[in-house]
Amino acid sequence: MATLPRTRPRNRRLVWRNTVAGWSFILPNFIGFAVLTLLPVAVLFYVAFTSWNVFGVAEWTGTANFQRMWGDASFWTALRNTVYYTAFHIPLTLAAALGLALLLNRKLRGVRFFRTVAFFPYVTSIVAIAIVWNQLFSPEYGPINALLRAVGVDDPPGWTTSSTWSMPAVIIVGTWRYMGYYMLLFLAGLQTIPAQLYEAAQTDGASAWQRFVHVTIPGLRHTTFFVTVLLTIESFKVFDLILLMTGGGPGQSTLVLSQYIYQKGFEENQFGYASAVSIVLFAICFGITVIQFMVNKRGNS
Amino acid sequence: MTATDLSMPPPAVAAPGDPGKPTRRGGFRGWRLLGYAALVLAAVGLLLPFYWMVVASLKTNNDVFTIPITWLPDPVVWRNYLDIWQRSDMTTWLRNTLLLSVVVTFLQVLTGSFAAYGFARVRFPGRNMLFLAYVGTIAVPWQSYMIPQFILMSKLQLSNTLWSIVALQAFGAFGVFLMKQFYETVPEELSESARVDGLSEFGIYRRIMLPLSRPALASLALLTFVTTWNDYLGPLIYLRSPELRTVQLGLNTFISQYNAEYALIMTGSVLSVLPVAVIFLLGQRHFIEGIATTGLKG
Repeated sequence: MATLPRTRPRNRRLVWRNTVAGWSFILPNFIGFAVLTLLPVAVLFYVAFTSWNVFGVAEWTGTANFQRMWGDASFWTALRNTVYYTAFHIPLTLAAALGLALLLNRKLRGVRFFRTVAFFPYVTSIVAIAIVWNQLFSPEYGPINALLRAVGVDDPPGWTTSSTWSMPAVIIVGTWRYMGYYMLLFLAGLQTIPAQLYEAAQTDGASAWQRFVHVTIPGLRHTTFFVTVLLTIESFKVFDLILLMTGGGPGQSTLVLSQYIYQKGFEENQFGYASAVSIVLFAICFGITVIQFMVNKRGNS
Repeated sequence: MTATDLSMPPPAVAAPGDPGKPTRRGGFRGWRLLGYAALVLAAVGLLLPFYWMVVASLKTNNDVFTIPITWLPDPVVWRNYLDIWQRSDMTTWLRNTLLLSVVVTFLQVLTGSFAAYGFARVRFPGRNMLFLAYVGTIAVPWQSYMIPQFILMSKLQLSNTLWSIVALQAFGAFGVFLMKQFYETVPEELSESARVDGLSEFGIYRRIMLPLSRPALASLALLTFVTTWNDYLGPLIYLRSPELRTVQLGLNTFISQYNAEYALIMTGSVLSVLPVAVIFLLGQRHFIEGIATTGLKG
């Protein structure tokens, strides 16, 4: 601080003045943040234990919502599908993003143009993306199956019209959309690795692969950690893409947790039960993030 | 659409020479060529959906799906771009969306940069705990508290008004993170000397930090604008009246209404993407810097 206080009263006054200044800076944003984010999260843990319906009549029902969830086959389907999406979306996006970032980090022409292209799906609205991909995936006349037939696949998949292939279709679009975003994070990470490390490795006679394993991968540790955390949450909360592409179908083949919350809450007005399912989603995302932070911390020490 | 104008592959002549040569140099060239091949392939994969969108919007409806697929519209039909204004409420949708995006961006930049200064530069008890509450929300998906949030908004009489979307988007933690990251790169001595000169904290923010942080403010403004423009779930839950629809919501109702009008649907999609595409291409440096800044720390 500029004026180092020598006496205690002045010190206390400084702390007081800083507290007022600090809060007045933070307050405009904090009021909105508290009312619209912190408060709802707190309320969530109350509503989930009630039978809150559209009339706003809340009756405390204890763990009834959770007991019902335990026996709810649709809930388990939604959870299973969410895990299915996550299990493929994370590694695929991670690999594609890292691959693209490594490619762009080389001195090739057109790299700047490509960076723009790769980021473009991320800034495009999900509605437009879902419509276009549904046309591309059209089983009979769509270009994707035309391409597959051209390379000799006689019986190409039905994509969003088939309960087996609808999830892969959604995963492909999800990866296509987000890889450019994570690529940017990896690129930023790659640029923090000092070039001397590569030069040193090269003079030691390390091959390209060895340089990748011993310089690039350790250098990207922090970025990879951050990307994985973001990707995990993003995968578990997947919603709008699926709602627009398949609506959860055919049947329940792409029903995910977020959509199930939406159905129960906003379509069937069972706010209490929907909140109980929300708590599961909350617990998964929060729990996994905490575990990831702990693992990362252990790795650091 | 602007993106496809750029869809020409990077110059293939950039790596001449014989890739098959077994010499060290030749091997290197081979890798280079492989790199270009991968780039071109990935660019095609990334742009193809956009190309399809534009081409289909310029076809007659019967020509959208043909066997074999026609990759160029023949004849080029501009009619769709006239028809869409008559057959949908596109004007209302665009107006609502623009209004929302501008108001939200303004509020987010204002409150976000303001709060970020408090977190980055003012030391007071409880600051770190408070910031932890902001950081913690990264791990809490909106989908998990959208129900209680909706209940609260309804109690506040905000649901089914455009204010609900403003409230939803304007106070996000993202702006605080982005601006805080930036303010922390500004040397402390600058504000120190200003303090010695008797400038208040607000004066330092207003006279020193704001002018310095123009690039970061631009990043935040662009990212917020695009996020609000593209938001689908917020309007889906909160905006029930047809006259309040945003372009994303409107487009989706349009699709369910005219689900066999493939060409017209693509025209609507192009129109909904176009403003964002232009903004992105003009300000892409800021987008990329904004993303990279928030991603760096972790």
